[in-house]
Amino acid sequence: MTDQDKKGFVPGLLKGMGTTARAMTRHAHTQEYPDVSPQLPPRSRGVIALEESNCTSCMLCARECPDWCIYIDSHKETVPPTTEGGRERKENVLDRFAIDFSLCMYCGICIEVCPFDALFWSPEFEYAETDIRDLLHEKDRLGQWMATVPAPPALDQGAPVDQPEPTESAPSEPQPAQAPDEDPAP
Amino acid sequence: MSTFGEVVLRSLCVLIAFLVLPLLVGQTEHKLMAHMQGRLGPMYAGGFHGWAQLVADGVKFTQKEDIVPLAADKPVFRLAPALGIVSYLLALAVIPFGPHLVAAGITGSLLWVLAVGAIGTVGTLMAGWSSGNKYALIGGLRSAAQLVSYEVPLILAAASFAMAAGSFSLVSIAHAWTPWWLLWQLPGAIVFLVAGTAELQRPPFDMPVADSELVMGPWTEYTGLRFALFLLAEYAGIVVVSLVLAVLYLGGWTGPFDHQIGPFWVLLKGFFFAVIILWMRMSWPRLREDQLQRVAWLGLVPLALLQIVLTAAGVVLTT
Amino acid sequence: MTTRELTVGVGAGELATADMVLNIGPQHPATHGVLRLRVTLDGERISRAEPIVGYMHRGAEKLFEVRDYRQIMVLANRHDWLSAFSSEVGLALTVERMLGMEVPVRATWTRTLLSELNRVLNHLMFLGSYPLELGAITPIFYSFREREELQTVMEEISGGRMHYMFNRVGGLREDIPAGWLQRVQAAIDGVRARMPELESLLVGNEILQARTRGVGVLTAEAVASYGVSGPIARASGLDVDLRRDQPYLAYDELFAPGGPGRVVTRQAGDCLARLEVLLEQTHVGLDLAQACVERLLAMPAGPVNLKLPKVLKVPEGSDYVATENPLGFNGYYLVSRGDKTPWRLALRSASFNNVAVLAELLPGNLLADMVAILGSMFFVVGDIDK
Repeated sequence: MTDQDKKGFVPGLLKGMGTTARAMTRHAHTQEYPDVSPQLPPRSRGVIALEESNCTSCMLCARECPDWCIYIDSHKETVPPTTEGGRERKENVLDRFAIDFSLCMYCGICIEVCPFDALFWSPEFEYAETDIRDLLHEKDRLGQWMATVPAPPALDQGAPVDQPEPTESAPSEPQPAQAPDEDPAP
Repeated sequence: MSTFGEVVLRSLCVLIAFLVLPLLVGQTEHKLMAHMQGRLGPMYAGGFHGWAQLVADGVKFTQKEDIVPLAADKPVFRLAPALGIVSYLLALAVIPFGPHLVAAGITGSLLWVLAVGAIGTVGTLMAGWSSGNKYALIGGLRSAAQLVSYEVPLILAAASFAMAAGSFSLVSIAHAWTPWWLLWQLPGAIVFLVAGTAELQRPPFDMPVADSELVMGPWTEYTGLRFALFLLAEYAGIVVVSLVLAVLYLGGWTGPFDHQIGPFWVLLKGFFFAVIILWMRMSWPRLREDQLQRVAWLGLVPLALLQIVLTAAGVVLTT
Repeated sequence: MTTRELTVGVGAGELATADMVLNIGPQHPATHGVLRLRVTLDGERISRAEPIVGYMHRGAEKLFEVRDYRQIMVLANRHDWLSAFSSEVGLALTVERMLGMEVPVRATWTRTLLSELNRVLNHLMFLGSYPLELGAITPIFYSFREREELQTVMEEISGGRMHYMFNRVGGLREDIPAGWLQRVQAAIDGVRARMPELESLLVGNEILQARTRGVGVLTAEAVASYGVSGPIARASGLDVDLRRDQPYLAYDELFAPGGPGRVVTRQAGDCLARLEVLLEQTHVGLDLAQACVERLLAMPAGPVNLKLPKVLKVPEGSDYVATENPLGFNGYYLVSRGDKTPWRLALRSASFNNVAVLAELLPGNLLADMVAILGSMFFVVGDIDK
């Protein structure tokens, strides 16, 4: 290295300076986040929303959660028979449904396994807290997220050579490996 | 006006320049770097495009705790940041902004700049040694080696300008300037710019403070206001080097309407060199310390000597 | 390269100079993570270096044993957070092979596409961070811009930006959204068009060359004896790439003669060679992704996953599947006793071996070269400690 290298008879260093100078003439690609909200795709895993009326307290999500961050309490209530002489039924009533987002790994398994479409992904992400305990969202808070759940994206139809198989485009098909969040948000 | 009043006024002007110009350079660096990297840089502080970012930084620094490590050589540790600041402040005092517009008009002002400018680097050494920290020590030793090497080409290059003008006074050098110098003194200017950048330990010569290996080099243990003083000294150093180079190589206030806007020309030319110093940081990686030495001794020193021969030949031929 | 020594003595005369022990890490700007290097210095020269790992040990292998295969996927994409998708694929392939599953062709090609995008993402990260360690502050912003472009399409299909969680045993979680392939195409084109900018700050830069050429030369023997793999091994002349040598996914077709796949190698084995391999692999990755997009565009719609039983149990036995992750070989050794959880799932991660070689590579170099070498070993601390 001599200083001739330094000062520019050699293109390598000058090329670098040229690039940075050109970059300066273009618009910055900064996304000015707090001022401009990002456009997130519908599948974006921001927060989990709960449709409480769909939940039957079956505990599948809590059991399948890899780090057990879902807490469900329920009790059984006896419903009187609707018709005269009918049998009285027992049904689960949800007392508590909470997700601890300080533990959640955002894998989406709970949403996938829910057989009754009670859980959904929402791209909403602005729920940081100064106290870690506030990241435990109880069912009211989880329910509020429902308003932000977007409709799932349309699926790729493939090349138009032959008809797509019906199992593919029908999202309500009860496939265990198929994500339930393809179902439209209610 | 009394002599005393004049001294106070002149000192005040230098102090204001000393506090404002480095911030200007710092803000330029923020914004220039951001846009060269496709970013926006500070946008909030002060409202308009974050103009007050550095003021806000300063406020933040003053609020921080002033920590002196237990293992530190405490008086030296405390004194170190002051040295850099004072030296560049003194250097700034003799830089002419016009034929008569200079805070301290001394005849050997070029020598003065070189002499007090070199003191500032002692502050870095003191910081590195007194911190009681291994990273700081290695950084301090690196900067010692680097500063010793780059002092030589810096002085040789400055000598060339002095020879060309036949004076050690910055004012006389600027007076003696002709456009012909742009070509004649080009190698000297390059040496001065490169060596000046290295003296300031600015990238690509920032091996002493290489953050990816030495955390922050000699400054590792500093916090709060003392750390801010080091940063201020660095940017004041850029201001001094750029302005001196503007006076030496670009004729200082010389330019259209220089009777009215002479100081503006000095600042504009200085700004030009400051931008080059900043620009190098944004585009290049840093040199290793042995490569730094190689650049100084095998590149800059021969080039500076060549410039001196060239200057001598020019002076002999034209007079 | 220069052998100039910088000798600095403390004290004079009969005062002996002492070696300095310097801790690089576990919290240090050079280690981008919690790797710790215990470096013994003689002046600026390193006389001994000892990588101390384990600060980020999370017991991934033990956690695997108490989770079913879908839950393991959540963990498998986290040890190397820059190669999340590739790690997921490796696990899925292991389980699928033991189950004897035939994954739908559409899923295989989509997986290949996402793996290659993931590879490009990973390489771009290091193409930005490596110059940063050498003091160049701009490349990382350029490379992160490209990463952002690719992450956007990754997020659109999978919902995640780093931990995709998009593989399932038997295929993928969901089908491709409409118009996604066109957006991938646009992203690839955009990245390709802007790559010269990033390259102009790296390729041919004299300072970068001075810092990396001939520095940290890793011999092919050392590569073989330490089990170094991936771009680092290939930079030392070892022509190994599991995508070509043990094809999985759709790589047999992509790496067939005339296909876009090619294995990038260099002979020098120094830091510059490693950087060059990474840079060229980025281009190859984009070519492969492009080929996958074209293939998927021409493909009729079809299933992207298989119907699984309610409780997925892997038959008794064991199997080892290794994939070419962006950083090197990533292997899963799965031992099943017929339960819904593995009896043992051992993980062979690339970075562990790649970093182990540092103890041999660093001594004799200057401290400043330490960062140059460390940065060029392209590791992820989570991938070391697991």
